[in-house]
Amino acid sequence: MAENTNAAGEVAIGAPPGMPQLNVGTFDNQVFWLLVTLVVIYFVLSRVALPRIAAILAERQGTITNDIAAAEDLKAKAESAEAAYDKALADARAEAQRIAGETKAAIQADLDVAIEKADAEIAAKAAESEKAIADIRAGAQDAVKVVAKDAAKDIVALMGGKADAKSITAAVTARMKG
Amino acid sequence: MADEAHGEGSGLSFHPMDQFEVKPLFGGGYDVHWYTITNVTLWLALAILAIIGLMVLTTSKRATVPGRGQSIAELMYGFVYKMVEDVTGKDGIKYFPYIMTLFMFILCANFLGLIPMSFTTTSHIAVTAILGFGVFFAVTILGFVKNGASFLGLFWVSSAPLPLRPVLAIIEIISYFVRPVSHSIRLAGNMMAGHAVLKVFAGFAQVAAIAPVAIIGVMAIYGLEVLVSAIQAYVFTILTCVYLKDALHPHH
Repeated sequence: MAENTNAAGEVAIGAPPGMPQLNVGTFDNQVFWLLVTLVVIYFVLSRVALPRIAAILAERQGTITNDIAAAEDLKAKAESAEAAYDKALADARAEAQRIAGETKAAIQADLDVAIEKADAEIAAKAAESEKAIADIRAGAQDAVKVVAKDAAKDIVALMGGKADAKSITAAVTARMKG
Repeated sequence: MADEAHGEGSGLSFHPMDQFEVKPLFGGGYDVHWYTITNVTLWLALAILAIIGLMVLTTSKRATVPGRGQSIAELMYGFVYKMVEDVTGKDGIKYFPYIMTLFMFILCANFLGLIPMSFTTTSHIAVTAILGFGVFFAVTILGFVKNGASFLGLFWVSSAPLPLRPVLAIIEIISYFVRPVSHSIRLAGNMMAGHAVLKVFAGFAQVAAIAPVAIIGVMAIYGLEVLVSAIQAYVFTILTCVYLKDALHPHH
C-alpha cells in the first residue's frame, strides 16, 4: 500500500488490507468521540429527558386516578339522587292514593246525606200530593152533592112540586151511595 | 488510494468494507489523531441529535394526552424502565439512566447506520468494546463495592455438589471474563456483517443479468437489518441488566 506511512511518519490508516475495524490507528479517535457522545447523551437523558418523561407519566397517572375518583363520586351522587327521586315518587304516590281515598269517602258521605234528604223530600212531597188529591176528591163529592140537591130541587120545582129539603137530601145521599 | 486497491481491472468491483473506513471529515488525507473530526464524530453527533429529537423535543409540550412523538419517547422510557425493573429488581432502578443511555445510543446508532451512505459507529469493535468493557468494569466494581468479598460468591455455585464446585467456579470465572468480549463482538459483528452483506449484494447489482435478484436481496436484507438493529440494541441492554443483577445480587 502506498500510504502506510505518510510524510510525518505517523501510522497512516489509508487503505489497510482487510477490516477497517482492526485498524488500531483510528481507535483513539473513536474512543475519544464515543466517550464525549456517551457523556452528552447521559446528561441529556438524565437531566432533561428522563425526569420530564417521568413527570409526564406521574402526572398522567395522577390525572387518571383523580378522574376515576371523581367518576366514582359522581356515580355515588347519581345513585343517591336516584334513590331520593324514587322515594319522593313513592311518597307522592302514597299521598295521592290517600287523598283520593279521603276524597272518595267524603263525597260518598255527602252523597248519602243528599240522597237521604232527597228521599225524605220526595216522600213529603208525595204525602202532600196525596192529601191534596184526597181534599180535591172530597171537595168534588161535596160539590156534586150540592149541585145534585140544587138540581133535584129545581127539577122538583119545575114539575110543580114542593121540594122538601130534607127528603131531597136523603134521596141525593142515597143515590150518591148507590 | 484506497478505492483503487479493490478489484481494479475485473468486471465486478466489491468494496464491502470501504463503508467502515474512518476518515477525517475535513481536509482529506488519512491522518486521524484522537481529536480529529472524522465521519465517526459526525455520526456520533447525529446520534446525539436523534436522541435529543426523540426524547427531548417530542416531550417539550408535556401533554397529558401524548402525541405521536411523545408516545414514542414514553414507549422507549417504559420499555427500558420495565426491563431494568424486571431484570434487576427495585434496587437496580437507580442505574436506569445509564442503561437508558446505552440503549438509546445503540438503537440510534444502529438505525442511523441503516441510512444509505452513512457510517455505522456501532459496527466498529473499538466502539462496542468501550461499551462492553465499560459495562464489565462498572458492574464488577459495583459488585465489589456493594457486596465486598462476598461478590466472589457469584463464582461459587452453592447449589451444586461440593466436589463439582471448584470445576464450576473455573467455568464461571472464564464465562465471566468472556462476557465483555462476547458482549461487544456480538454487537459489532452483527452490524458489520449485515452492512457488508448489503454491500456485497449491491455489488452484484452491477451485473445486469442478476441485478433484479440482487436488488430484491438488498431489500430483503435491509428489512432483516432493521430487525437486527433493534434486536441488538435490546440484547445489549438486557444483558447489561443481567450483569447488573449479578452485581447487585451475586448469590444464585
